[in-house]
Amino acid sequence: MNVDAGFMAPGGKSWIREWLFTIDHKRIGMLYLWCIMAFFIVGVFLGLLIRMELFWPGRDFIGPQTYNAVFTLHGVIMIFIVVIPSIPAAFGNIFLPLQLGAEDVAFPRLNMFSFWLYLIGGATALISLFTGGGAPDTGWTFYVPFSAVTTTNVSVAVAGVFILGFSSILTGLNFIVTIHRLRAPGLSWTRLTLFAWALYATAWIQVLATPILSITVVLIIIERLLGMGIFDPARGGDPILYQHLFWIYSHPAVYIMILPAMGVISDIIPVFCRKSIFGYKTIVGSSLAIAFAGSLVWAHHMFVSGMSDTAVMVFSLLTFIVAVPSAIKVFNWLSTMYKGSIRLEPPLVYALGFIFLFAMGGITGLVLGSAGTDMHVHDTYFVVGHFHYVIFGGTGFGMFAAIHYWFPKMYGRMYNRKQAMIAAVLLIIGLNGLYFPMYLLGLQGMPRRYYDYLPQFTPLHQLSTYGSWITFVGLALMLWNLVRSRYKGAPCGRNPWKAATLEWTLPSPPPTHNFDEVPVVTHGPYDYSEVRDDD
Amino acid sequence: MTEHRDYVGAKMGMWLFLFTEILLFGGLFVLYSVTLGRYPTEFHEASKLLDVTMGTTNTVVLITSSLFAALSVAALQKGSRKTAELFIGLTMALACCFLVIKYFEWSHKIHAGIYPGGETLVQWEPGKQAFFSLYYTMTGLHGLHVIIGMGVFTWVWAMIRLERCTPDHFVALENAGLYWHLVDLIWIYLFPLYYLIT
Repeated sequence: MNVDAGFMAPGGKSWIREWLFTIDHKRIGMLYLWCIMAFFIVGVFLGLLIRMELFWPGRDFIGPQTYNAVFTLHGVIMIFIVVIPSIPAAFGNIFLPLQLGAEDVAFPRLNMFSFWLYLIGGATALISLFTGGGAPDTGWTFYVPFSAVTTTNVSVAVAGVFILGFSSILTGLNFIVTIHRLRAPGLSWTRLTLFAWALYATAWIQVLATPILSITVVLIIIERLLGMGIFDPARGGDPILYQHLFWIYSHPAVYIMILPAMGVISDIIPVFCRKSIFGYKTIVGSSLAIAFAGSLVWAHHMFVSGMSDTAVMVFSLLTFIVAVPSAIKVFNWLSTMYKGSIRLEPPLVYALGFIFLFAMGGITGLVLGSAGTDMHVHDTYFVVGHFHYVIFGGTGFGMFAAIHYWFPKMYGRMYNRKQAMIAAVLLIIGLNGLYFPMYLLGLQGMPRRYYDYLPQFTPLHQLSTYGSWITFVGLALMLWNLVRSRYKGAPCGRNPWKAATLEWTLPSPPPTHNFDEVPVVTHGPYDYSEVRDDD
Repeated sequence: MTEHRDYVGAKMGMWLFLFTEILLFGGLFVLYSVTLGRYPTEFHEASKLLDVTMGTTNTVVLITSSLFAALSVAALQKGSRKTAELFIGLTMALACCFLVIKYFEWSHKIHAGIYPGGETLVQWEPGKQAFFSLYYTMTGLHGLHVIIGMGVFTWVWAMIRLERCTPDHFVALENAGLYWHLVDLIWIYLFPLYYLIT
């Protein structure tokens, strides 16, 4: 068994032709994974730079303009290039067809095109840093009027976002058709893995929400290049409309980020508890409910923007409603573990970290969703703490759990489990050290995005920066362990976790053509009675 | 690996894509309706300045081209490749015609200083300015879709030539036709909203 077996084996052509022009879903997924990891590392260093600058009040390393560019970049890279495509584009591409018993996704060439759009979009966003009037300084939300008038290179950056959005739409479209059309015989909708269900709900959000972002960024470009004035009150426009359009996409986008991670967790927990998932149908229903209700809550980002009081109350209520299906999932995961035969392997540790951190972020989401308390903490570090708990603690940990769960399948080798555990624990401690002080800072009134702060905030900012260092050590250990194990890890068989989903019936790494004969599915994905101890 | 053909899947993918196009324009229609609600009189006044004759002609041109697109699909399904190619040619010719008329309309307005930042428009009240900002944005984006549609038809035409799109596997042409109907449909909404609300 070696790392260059199966679909990873070179086919005799040049690397570029074999990989960049591949239509094999597994290779495309691997390409996404590597690119996302590379961009993630860049984003992490930008984040560390922000924390370093905030170690003392006043100027430490970089000036205010650079600071604005750095947090904008950190946001744009992390949101649009890393977190949104992270699980669906990487692990969805690799494992969705395998879990369906299919040969490939429905549109393999479109899949390759999506990846190319992702590369071009990411490159465009990066080019915007080094050309024109300098890196954008608007924050990742590109709010008008500032984004319409700033002399920095906003047009190129949002063009990159437009291209990335197109890539995301095509991936979602591909997955919907794949799940509808390419399920193996016997694989009814109620036998789908929960990961596939989560991708299905996500794909609908990608298809239905992303076009609104596309038109919004097109309008920014038109506004900047042609001076249309669509958001300029002096010319009959309205800047609040920009916020509505932006959040109609970008709030559902939060669920594009979190739903696939929830799917990963729902797949991992039963495997390491040797117990069928508790409440399969409620998890499926809650994924769809999140996708639906999550599209109705965008204006909770705008409670202080000057909307009517009625709108504020309606959106506050709807925001509470979307918390219910998330809570249902947490309840189901915990119930699955109850009286299970628990094996504390690294994927499960990451999954438990996910549940804890996601709950920390989710509960503070209710503080922000209720209009009265939101008035107090709006645009403070409380918000920064909240979304980092949800996005890094949720999606990030979902991603790490997925890597540790599927790593043996992708490379046919096992990583060092002890190091993986230590890294996970370091990350959980580091993340709490990094983001919990932000809640306290926010409650005390420290505004977000500010370059400088009053001296009384110094201890909490320093605490947060210490947390960022612990997080960094955890990440470095995790990545080092994974990269080293890709070449030197102990070979593992086809099913080291004794899981029951279809991808584990294939050799590790899987062959290019996936299944030698089309599998016939006779039972659900979490039925362990027939899992054999064959390797 | 055998080549994977899935007629239903291909159609499903196209319909999903068309949904995204509708939502893309949907954002602009929302902006239009909010702005119309705010400045009903100014929209009424500004709309009078558009040339209804040209707009009507363009509507007829585009609907007819959509008919030709449908006929080309029917022709290919019946097995007559030549007729299909002819109808694709007619569709593209009318698409060109649409763009030429649009060009005359726009250049006429722009010469009169009625464009964002133009000397005439900047002196008008905000509602009228908003009308023309939206007019140029929405018809411009629609025009871009006409051009993209022509590109798609050129590609399908080449596919028919290369016998990759055949009477047995015509889904590429059918999907191009669907796309063209959407472009037509969006114009059918744009036309009354801009030309006929006086």
